[in-house]
Amino acid sequence: MKFLLRRLGFYVFTGWAAVTLNFFIARLLPGDPVQSLINKYRGLLSTDAINSLRVLFGLNTHTTVWQDYLTYWGNLLHGDLGISFAYFPTPVSAVLAQSLPWTLTLGFVCTILGFALGTLAGVGLGWRRGTWLDLLLPVANFFSAIPYFWLGLIAIALFGVALPLFPTSGGYDGGLIPSFSLEFIGSALYHAALPALTIVLASVAGWILGMRNMMVTVSSEDYVTVAQAKGLPERRVMFGYAARNAVLPSISGFALSLGFIVGGTLVTEIVFSYPGIGYVLFQAVGSKDYSLMQGVFLIVTLAVLVANMAADFAYALLDPRTRQEG
Amino acid sequence: MSLVRNRKALAGMILLAFFVVIAIIGPWIAPYNPSMVGPDSLQAPSLAHRLGTTNTGQDILSQLIVGTQGVMVVGLIAGILATIISVIVGVTSGFLGGLGDEVLSLISNVFLVIPALPLIIIIVGVLPSAGGLTIAVVIALTGWAWGARVLRAQTLSLRKRDFVEAARANGEPMWRILFFEIMPNLTAIIASGFIGTVIFAILSEVTLAFIGVTSISTWNWGTVLFWAQSSQALVQGAWWWFVPAGLCIAAVGTSLTLINFGIDEFVNPRLRNTAANARLLRRKKIRARIGFTPVYRGFISTRKGEDA
Repeated sequence: MKFLLRRLGFYVFTGWAAVTLNFFIARLLPGDPVQSLINKYRGLLSTDAINSLRVLFGLNTHTTVWQDYLTYWGNLLHGDLGISFAYFPTPVSAVLAQSLPWTLTLGFVCTILGFALGTLAGVGLGWRRGTWLDLLLPVANFFSAIPYFWLGLIAIALFGVALPLFPTSGGYDGGLIPSFSLEFIGSALYHAALPALTIVLASVAGWILGMRNMMVTVSSEDYVTVAQAKGLPERRVMFGYAARNAVLPSISGFALSLGFIVGGTLVTEIVFSYPGIGYVLFQAVGSKDYSLMQGVFLIVTLAVLVANMAADFAYALLDPRTRQEG
Repeated sequence: MSLVRNRKALAGMILLAFFVVIAIIGPWIAPYNPSMVGPDSLQAPSLAHRLGTTNTGQDILSQLIVGTQGVMVVGLIAGILATIISVIVGVTSGFLGGLGDEVLSLISNVFLVIPALPLIIIIVGVLPSAGGLTIAVVIALTGWAWGARVLRAQTLSLRKRDFVEAARANGEPMWRILFFEIMPNLTAIIASGFIGTVIFAILSEVTLAFIGVTSISTWNWGTVLFWAQSSQALVQGAWWWFVPAGLCIAAVGTSLTLINFGIDEFVNPRLRNTAANARLLRRKKIRARIGFTPVYRGFISTRKGEDA
């Protein structure tokens, strides 16, 4: 219990650090949202309009950084992340609320799938090392070095253009209205197939390599030899004794690679014009929409923190040693 | 050095050396000016243009060759900066212990958990003009934490070893213990952390260029992919535009991971022995299962049969 409370405290602290970082990046670095809005409308804005924009973005008043920081927190707690001007005049929170479910579903399913497949394959590879299966290692190695977005490009070129099997952009059929109908869900799944394939393929290699190395290290432990010597069925030794202990570093590493996978997922969405957070981030970067960029960073960080917390709790359940340490 | 004798590490080093040479001599050996607009638009690979041309007739091979420099320099600078930060933070926190350790590892854990790419994107996006050096600094500032964590753990375990205690008992000054007793034992970990950061930096930089956050006027492999994507190269089936750039990224990444595997096997004798044993066992047609004691069932069972 003490372990979990400590971890909870850490995540609260990290959340605070992320919000503060977010605040100071916008405050300290140069850049003016109104100026880029003026550029966007190519001088078509009148002086009055510019002045009212300054009021709207709160740039007209001279306040101290500390006051701004408090106001920022106040707004944040009310779910007010400012106004997007890539999607002017929609509030940032509304833009995020619309795109978040797409990313969460895609990212969650693919991350879990990649982790499960990669870990299972790693168990097999580590157990049967020295066979032809070792030839898979260089392949996995190559895949782990490929950027997600390029794999996405290749997927589009192969299965979207050369063999037009799957749609190459969007999250659902243009003629449909998002709802929980069978038709819409089917269309959404169909559109998610290629991005999902990309993310799973790109992330699976890392898990395979990590798990394989841990299996090699663990399977020379005495307790595995004893289990084998007792004449337990091979499957039981493999999963119940070796893999069970070898998977622990993978689970604690889950937290660390999650940030990387999330980054890759965002870029994959950009490639596929998938209507998730990543595509919103792309739009925000294109139109220099700072408040939207910050909103995306914040929501992504929070999602990663929650997922990390879940991985930590799973770790505590699986490894009694962490619970004892306290 | 035995790292060179490791086949994986050697293959990685040769591949990496190739790209380093290209990065250095690239501007002189590129057949065309990479930005020069030519009359042959969207040509498939031919003798004149070995990797074909873009829709404005630019030579893609030249873009890749000239772009190598940008990728390598940013990877190197970011790797060096991040390694310096991670050594300072990691070793100090492992060596000090106590409150200083708590604070430093808290900071590095925070940086580990915060997703790096979105953070890099907003920082670079907010900066008015981000050149290669700025990108390298931003990547280094967000990517040092992993190395610091590993180094801290190793320093922590070294600090209590007998040879360090002996040095302390001999009255060696602190800086001498740090630089002559502890640091030499961290070399492999520092090296592998450096390589890991370089991979991370290269992938991040190329991704940033691909999204179009960074300047699109300087060439790197990500810029090539940015133009390919924005000019609909995929739909037009211009595979020569986006396939080679990605292969280059993957090749550099693979070469660096191979070197890291070599270091891993160098540091962890179990992995090294497995690689050596696997070859030996395969020759004797024995299937390795558990540890270093292969089960050779065929032989034993026939012997048993004879005895009975």
